[in-house]
Amino acid sequence: MKVQTRKVGASLVVRLSGELDLATAEIFRRTVDAQLAKDGCSNLILVLKNVTFIDSSGIGAILGRYRLIRERQGRVIATGLRPAVRRVLEMSGVLRVVETAETEQQALESL
Amino acid sequence: MEKQPRNSMRLEFRSLPANVSFARTTVAIFASQMDFTVDQIDEIKVAVSEAVSNAVIHGKKDESSVVRLEAQLYDDALVITVSDDGPGIQDISWAMEPGSTTADRMGLGFVFIKEYMDELKIDSSPGAGTRVTMIKNLALRVEH
Repeated sequence: MKVQTRKVGASLVVRLSGELDLATAEIFRRTVDAQLAKDGCSNLILVLKNVTFIDSSGIGAILGRYRLIRERQGRVIATGLRPAVRRVLEMSGVLRVVETAETEQQALESL
Repeated sequence: MEKQPRNSMRLEFRSLPANVSFARTTVAIFASQMDFTVDQIDEIKVAVSEAVSNAVIHGKKDESSVVRLEAQLYDDALVITVSDDGPGIQDISWAMEPGSTTADRMGLGFVFIKEYMDELKIDSSPGAGTRVTMIKNLALRVEH
């Protein structure tokens, strides 16, 4: 799992690649929480086009970050969902609270 | 007469988060001997990931603790068993409900397994470990 972050205005863009599970969710959680604490961003854009697998550990990590952003009255947008990843996010109810966009650029423009 | 599997495998590994990926990938490769679709293989991977994550999180935490993974291929089904030597589950029906835990996985583990597999059976009692059996049926495809 690779996690890259960059700040664009009031948004934190997080690019993930690899598999998001029990072993790797912690890396995602720690990296994003540290950046949110440092930069004070109110929106979170998750770029998931290179995420090939996700399970309930990954879902838990995403929902945990959603709560942090909600406290800041911000928005969370997930982009580039592969079909298998989209299905897990849909089934778990994540997509009822997290918005989606095709690309990182579209997500940024929608804010 | 009891059906005999066409193929079977048994694996034992240390109860560590890094082995969750190892377990699901191994089962996916084993299952690919059968005529499962790509979507079904993805479903099997999620189910194995959930069962092994449960075993790692709730199983024993010492260096000797292991998770056992078994799989049998039948003509019409794949049977997967994941077992641990942990403290066991006090209330199985509660554990199968969404939100049944305060931990970071939202209690979704068994919810995903039930959704993605055709059968789920949990054998557990306090102090006796947990054994999760999951079955994925192979639907016969009619060639036209």
